[in-house]
Amino acid sequence: MGDFLMPSLGADMDHGKLVEWLVKPGDYVRRGDLVAVVDTDKTIMDVESFQEGVVADLLVGVGETVPVGTPLARITQTPAETGPPAHEAPGRAAGKAAFSKTAAPNAVAPKAPETAAPKEAGIIAPPVRHLAHRLGVDTAQIHGTGKGGAITRADVEHALAAGPGNRIRSSPRARRLAAELGVELATITGTGPQGAVTEADVHRAAVGKAEALVPEIRAPVPPALPNGTPEEPVKPSEARERVASLRRAIGALMSRSKKTIPHYYLSTTLDLRAAVDWMQSANDQRPVAARLVPSALLLKATALAAREVPEVNGFYGDGGFRPSTSVHLGVAVALRQGGLVAPAIHDADTLPVEVLMEQLRDLVSRARAGRLQRAEMADPTITVTNLGDLGVESVYGVIYPPQVAMVGFGRVMEQPWAQDGMLGVRHAVIATLSADHRVSDGLRGGRFLARIEELLQKPEEL
Amino acid sequence: MNEQEARMAVNAAIGKVAPDVDMADVGEDSRLRQDLELDSLDFLRLVETIDTDTGVNIPERDYPAVATVKGLIAYLAAHG
Repeated sequence: MGDFLMPSLGADMDHGKLVEWLVKPGDYVRRGDLVAVVDTDKTIMDVESFQEGVVADLLVGVGETVPVGTPLARITQTPAETGPPAHEAPGRAAGKAAFSKTAAPNAVAPKAPETAAPKEAGIIAPPVRHLAHRLGVDTAQIHGTGKGGAITRADVEHALAAGPGNRIRSSPRARRLAAELGVELATITGTGPQGAVTEADVHRAAVGKAEALVPEIRAPVPPALPNGTPEEPVKPSEARERVASLRRAIGALMSRSKKTIPHYYLSTTLDLRAAVDWMQSANDQRPVAARLVPSALLLKATALAAREVPEVNGFYGDGGFRPSTSVHLGVAVALRQGGLVAPAIHDADTLPVEVLMEQLRDLVSRARAGRLQRAEMADPTITVTNLGDLGVESVYGVIYPPQVAMVGFGRVMEQPWAQDGMLGVRHAVIATLSADHRVSDGLRGGRFLARIEELLQKPEEL
Repeated sequence: MNEQEARMAVNAAIGKVAPDVDMADVGEDSRLRQDLELDSLDFLRLVETIDTDTGVNIPERDYPAVATVKGLIAYLAAHG
C-alpha cells in the first residue's frame, strides 16, 4: 500500500491546491496514469501516479490546499487490499489523523518537507535519524508521536512497515544531489533497483522543477477583467519575480551541466533538397491544418538516428551511462514572454511524421498555455533545440543533465551547393551536436549526425 | 474582401496566435517572423486561422508574399 502525495512542482512551492480528481475510489491506476490536477497558485498541472494499484481512498477534497508531501489518496497494490487494514499500529494511526488535520488549509501543519534535508522535518534524536537513514526511511514523511512531535524509533519502524509509500530508497549521492538542487525525494519516481531513487532521477526531477516554473510566466496575461477583484490579476512585480526565479532555476541547472558534463561539439550542413521538395509536394495535397513544417522531418530523423546510436540517448548518473531503449525526444520550446521549456514527444522514433507533427503542435501549444504533464517534462532522453526559426544559422545547446546529448538546428536556408562538379542551389540546414564525452567520442557523434542526413534523403520513408 | 476587412481579419488572426502582441504597436511593415517573432508553428497556425475565418487558403509557395503584415493584408484583399 502506498500514498499518492502532493508533489513539489516548483522551487517555491510548499503547498498545492487540488482542483480536480481524475480518478475515484475503486479505479485501477497504473504508473503514469493521470490522477489529479493540482494548482500551485500560478500554474495548473496534471499529476500522474507513481505506483500501480487500486485507489482505496481520496484523502483530500477538491478545493483543499495542502502542504507538499501530504498524502492525497491511498493506493493499494491489489484489489484484495482495498478495505482498510484490519489492524493498525497506534503510532501509524495517530500519524494519519495528524495528516488529515493538515489538510485543513489553515491548520498548523507539521513542518512540510521543503527540501530533501530530513533534519528540517521535525524533532528527531540523532540515533533515531541514524536508524531512519540506515533503513532508507525519509523522516520528512513521518509524523512524530513522541514528546513535542519528536520522531521516535517506533515511528521510524512503523513507517518502514507501512511500505514503499514512506520508504524512499536512494543512494547518499542522490540524497546529497537532491538537497543541492532543492528537490524533494518523496516526489521522485525511482528507476533504480527496487524503485530506488538514483542520481539521474534527481536530475530529471530538477529539470521538471525548473520547467514547472516556466508556464507561470504566461500567467501575467490573464483574461482582461476591468471589474475583477484587485488581487486576481498577477501583479507585474510577481511576474518579474517568477521570471527571475525561473532564470535562477535554469541557471543552476545549466551551471551544473557545464561543471559536470565534458561537452564536445560537432556541426555539419545537411542537404535538405529531397526533404523540402517532398514536404512541399505533400503539403500541396493537404489542408492547411495538416501541413508539415521542416522541423517535423528534422525531429523524426533525429529520433530514428538516436535509436541507432544509443550513446546519445539516455541518462548519465550514479555508476555511469544508462542508454534508453525508447526515444523520448525533448523539444525546446521558446515561450513568447521569454524562457523555455523542453518537454518530450514520447516514442518519437515510432511515430509517423504526420502524427509527430500533430504532437509537436499540441505540445508547443500546451507548453505555451502552461498545461504540460509532469512526465512530458521529466522524460526526455535527448533534446533538440530549433532556434533556426528565429533566424540564426546554427545553435550549440547546453546538455540538460542527466541527458547526454543536445541537437541544434539552425535556419533552413537556400545556399549554393557543389556536387559532382556542378553548382546548384539547395535548401540546407546546419545541424549541431553537443554531446557528453564521458559517454561518446566525436566519431560516434559524427556518425549520429551523418545518420540524420542519410535519413533525410528519403523523406517518404520517415 | 476590401482592404479594411482584410486588415481586421489579419489583426484578429494575429491576436489569436500571438495574444501578447499589441496590434496598436505593430506597423504594417512589420515582418511576421522576425519582428513579431512567430516561429514556423505559429506561422502555420496563423495561415490556418485565416483559412478558417476567411476561407482564403494560402499555399506554401505564396508564403514569401505574406511575410509582412502589409503583404498579408494585400494578399487577403486580392484573394478573399
